[in-house]
Amino acid sequence: MVKPTKVTNSIRTLREAEGLTQAELARRIGVTRQTLIAIEQGKYSPTLELAFQISRVFGSGLDEVFQYPGEQN
Amino acid sequence: MVYEERNKWSALVVAFITTVAYVVVVVQTAGDQPLATVEWWPIMAWTIGISVLGSIVVSVLWGIIAGIFDPDGVGTSDQRDRDISRMGDRVGSSFMIMGGLGVIVLCALEADTFWIANVMFLSFALSAIVGGTASVIAYRRGLV
Repeated sequence: MVKPTKVTNSIRTLREAEGLTQAELARRIGVTRQTLIAIEQGKYSPTLELAFQISRVFGSGLDEVFQYPGEQN
Repeated sequence: MVYEERNKWSALVVAFITTVAYVVVVVQTAGDQPLATVEWWPIMAWTIGISVLGSIVVSVLWGIIAGIFDPDGVGTSDQRDRDISRMGDRVGSSFMIMGGLGVIVLCALEADTFWIANVMFLSFALSAIVGGTASVIAYRRGLV
């Protein structure tokens, strides 16, 4: 079993708030829908560049889209 | 299933089938004689040829069928595909290294060319099968 990443994200919440489908968001950031699903589910850690692209779609900062629990302790 | 995942599955399935077929043909050809007496290279050459062509044909056919249902997904790949491919190559390369070391040992022992060639061939096959398996698992379970 693959150990899940500690990095969590709010992509699904933000995406639904924006009324975007997975396919539409995937197209806008230049990945396949399967890759976006993997990122949303924490099964794939996006590159820093991709993370910035996702954040830019929502007009949010990186830390609003991605969270790393360790930094709060 | 994305384009690159289909390619991985195609290569994996074909590599597994052709490797098993190679072993079966060599063992059957040997019959009651020692394995080293088998004229291995035509069988190996056919196996490699069929394996390369087979994975291309399966991938193309699968792509055509998948393209009917998802025309936008044909031929597209992204960073995740490249990351998974690199991980699969890394896992598979360990078997290539073991095979290379095995060949050096067999050469030092002046073993029959049958064993030298087949150790190398099986290390290629294991590299493809194990690396491919690691890749398709990563597609299903994730890569973090």
